[in-house]
Amino acid sequence: MRSGKPGRERLVVVGNGMAAMRTVEALLARAPTRYDITVIGAEPHPNYNRILLSSVLAGEKTVDEIVINPGEWYADHDIMLLTGEPVTAIDPAAATVMVADRTVIPYDRLLLATGSKPLAPAIPGLGRSGVRAFRDIADVDAMVAASRNHRRAVVIGGGLLGLEAAWGLKRRGMAVAVVHLMPTLMERQLDATAGELLQRDLDARGIAFFTDGQTEEILGTGRVEGVLLADGRQIPADLVVLAIGVRPNVDLARAAGLDVNRGLLVGDDMRTSDPHIYAVGECIEHNGQVFGLVAPIWEQATVCGARLAGDEEAVYVPPPVFTSLKITGIDVFSAGALAAADEADEEITLHDARRGVYKKLILRDDRIVGSVLYGSVADGPWYVELMREKVDVSAFRDQLVFGRAFAERTGVPPSLDVVAMADTEQVCDCNGVSKGRICAAIRNNGLTTLDAVRAHTKASASCGQCTGKVEAILAHLGGLVVPDPDPPICKCTEHGHDAVRRAIRTRCLTTIAAVYQAFGWKTTDGCQKCRPALNYYLLCAWPEGYRDDPQSRFVNERVHANIQRDGTYSVVPRMWGGLTTPGELRAIADAAEKHAIPTVKITGGQRIDLLGVKKEQLPAVWGDLNKAGLISGHAYAKGLRTVKTCVGSEWCRFGTQDSTALGVKIEKMCWGSWTPHKVKLAVSGCPRNCAEATIKDIGVVCVEAGYDLVVGGNGGVEVRVSDPLARVATEAEVLEHVGAFLQLYREEARYLERTAPWVARVGIEYVRRRIVADAEERRQLHERFLTSQRVVQIDPWAQRVDGGEAHEYRVISVTS
Amino acid sequence: MVADRWIEVGRLDDIPRRGARQVRSPASAIVIAVFRTAADEVFALVDRCPHRGGPLSAGIVHNCAVACPLHGWVIQLDSGEAEAPDEGRVPRISVRLAERRIWLSASDVEATVALDRGLV
Repeated sequence: MRSGKPGRERLVVVGNGMAAMRTVEALLARAPTRYDITVIGAEPHPNYNRILLSSVLAGEKTVDEIVINPGEWYADHDIMLLTGEPVTAIDPAAATVMVADRTVIPYDRLLLATGSKPLAPAIPGLGRSGVRAFRDIADVDAMVAASRNHRRAVVIGGGLLGLEAAWGLKRRGMAVAVVHLMPTLMERQLDATAGELLQRDLDARGIAFFTDGQTEEILGTGRVEGVLLADGRQIPADLVVLAIGVRPNVDLARAAGLDVNRGLLVGDDMRTSDPHIYAVGECIEHNGQVFGLVAPIWEQATVCGARLAGDEEAVYVPPPVFTSLKITGIDVFSAGALAAADEADEEITLHDARRGVYKKLILRDDRIVGSVLYGSVADGPWYVELMREKVDVSAFRDQLVFGRAFAERTGVPPSLDVVAMADTEQVCDCNGVSKGRICAAIRNNGLTTLDAVRAHTKASASCGQCTGKVEAILAHLGGLVVPDPDPPICKCTEHGHDAVRRAIRTRCLTTIAAVYQAFGWKTTDGCQKCRPALNYYLLCAWPEGYRDDPQSRFVNERVHANIQRDGTYSVVPRMWGGLTTPGELRAIADAAEKHAIPTVKITGGQRIDLLGVKKEQLPAVWGDLNKAGLISGHAYAKGLRTVKTCVGSEWCRFGTQDSTALGVKIEKMCWGSWTPHKVKLAVSGCPRNCAEATIKDIGVVCVEAGYDLVVGGNGGVEVRVSDPLARVATEAEVLEHVGAFLQLYREEARYLERTAPWVARVGIEYVRRRIVADAEERRQLHERFLTSQRVVQIDPWAQRVDGGEAHEYRVISVTS
Repeated sequence: MVADRWIEVGRLDDIPRRGARQVRSPASAIVIAVFRTAADEVFALVDRCPHRGGPLSAGIVHNCAVACPLHGWVIQLDSGEAEAPDEGRVPRISVRLAERRIWLSASDVEATVALDRGLV
């Protein structure tokens, strides 16, 4: 037994599955050093994604590809992992657990995540060889082995797990039959219509079904030979897979005297009847419910991790449950209620039999309480979100069933009938444009966007009131391409930035690999587009727990200099608010001469750029600059670049406030931050605006009465004048607004999205609502910004002068 | 292994996973980029993108490819080919990995040096 670090409590985790490790990840993200952690797992594997076992069975993934936390992860986090040694007893009075080899391990806190066991009813013949459950890697190995030597498989159970097993075995070349007790498949997740569609599609793929089938006996002499149903039907089989459900595994907890019903009882704080013992996952029972699907278990892990980290506020509220089936090419999604429960409920359905699309939404009091989707499931997460947020859908219920992209096209009058409009009907009253003219312009010029129609006809180009009508006409003629509200990050995934970011927080994903797992990334290693984005999102979500991945950063941020067209680099030291001193200038001049730097230039951000430095020279150049007190200006970063200032009231005869000193204060607060894209600030001492604050990401324009704050400006390719955010009276308020705005941008903008397009996308009203109208929210955003800043304000140049990341700056020399 | 046919350039652990190092021979201006993938495979290419000559060793390594830091061309590490629709090829140098040490083919290195001299 290791001695442990002084001052740390001992956390023992029984169970090494998804629920357990997600809880540990959530804990580490919040309190990385609070506990000495020991994890005890019964299976001889690291933590893997049990949900993807069906993909391993189908041959679409390997076991290695579904590992969530490899061995190094445990080592990296100083976690002691014992695998293949089940826990045999818990002694709550002594606060110890005993392992199979009779080792006794003491704990201060114990987490139980013992999962579930397959349900095995008393069917005669269950013990024959060739009968397996579908629960772990050993089961999958056995099924794969059977598929090599045998031909016929019967799966008992037509639920989610049974159908995935059936499909996997079919893919492995076996003849597969499914026996299901109920008249339709997946009856707990699908209504009868969707269940029948599913059966039709699987039937077409060669799986035979025996519904209303009660298994009477598993036949055979020695090895299994077939399955006998109660109605006399016999199905020959060489392999029988039992997938009729699971029950919580509570043997240990019961023997230890913890309160147990169907599952191990826990409260909203994820504690069992013993206050030192917590439990999560499939082994628990909460409010009379037990769990088999991933979403509520992730939520339990988040709450339990927070509780273990000392957060006494975290409370488990079961999220809406949703299911999707992992059979390639068959799309099924369901959440919440499957059908109207009484007269107060309403159902909206869309059934396109030819395309095989079926959608049903169940509404109660104008809110979605359930959805069943078949064949077209892209909007599933949106419906779940509307359910979770209890959004009143009455305003767009006509469009609801057609999906998010359609419903969110603002301003489209729901019942506008383009066909019924006469060609002479005036659409745009401001510019007197008729439907006929708009149609002609679209047809003759092949227009596809609203902007193009505006350019050609002027319709909707003035007050914009008729925008919805113009869009409807465009859509009617097949021209309007509805923009994807959250386009995919890259070719490695179908999921968008917003969805992934949300999940990083709500599902407590703390590594790039965990994101790949959670979203089923198509590549094992990501690409140059998604890796930097994910690295940033994780860094932003877990400022104190996430370990930055240098290999997922663009070269500039990896080597802390700007690569130039010839492969050399540029070096820009920070000059606070554009101020410098003779000493600094001398040091820059000396360094430029000593290292024969070919070009020295004044930048637009009021600093000095040394260009043409070879990579190997960088640490030496930085070392000389460091000696004069100069640090990195982050001129290479998706982060804070400069705070440009004018001389303000100290010198200028028009200056109203000390803009230079304020600029320095802002830069001292913000330097070193990582943001979705580069950020440039400016402070002007009067409305003459010599620092060009109104085309900066954040601008401060000093006036006699205080400070005007503007945001979302840009002087780049697409010049955008900033939007006014607020007028404030004091420097302290300026700093709080700037911090809060940067944090909102950090948390919500997509990677590589500058503030200008972001503000344009979400609207300045939204930004004002979050930052100006809500003082408490502003305070919290600012606080989160300062928390993130605490860990990043270290000069990266000095670290590398001291030898950090040396491999980046050394060429290997060989003699050949 | 015939010792004089292979040049040792260092240990596998000298290169970070999903990273690269530059190797230079004093005899030539040519720089070779030696890459290590996530799966610990090692590849060597002339460190010059066929597009505008960017240093591939500074790019982001993903799967079996690297994205050039200058304009984002993606080069396959095993073939040296640019990913479509871009067209171009980077000369490859054969690599041997033995006991976590990296060796480059001397004849491939000489051939690239000769090619380089011919081009200059």
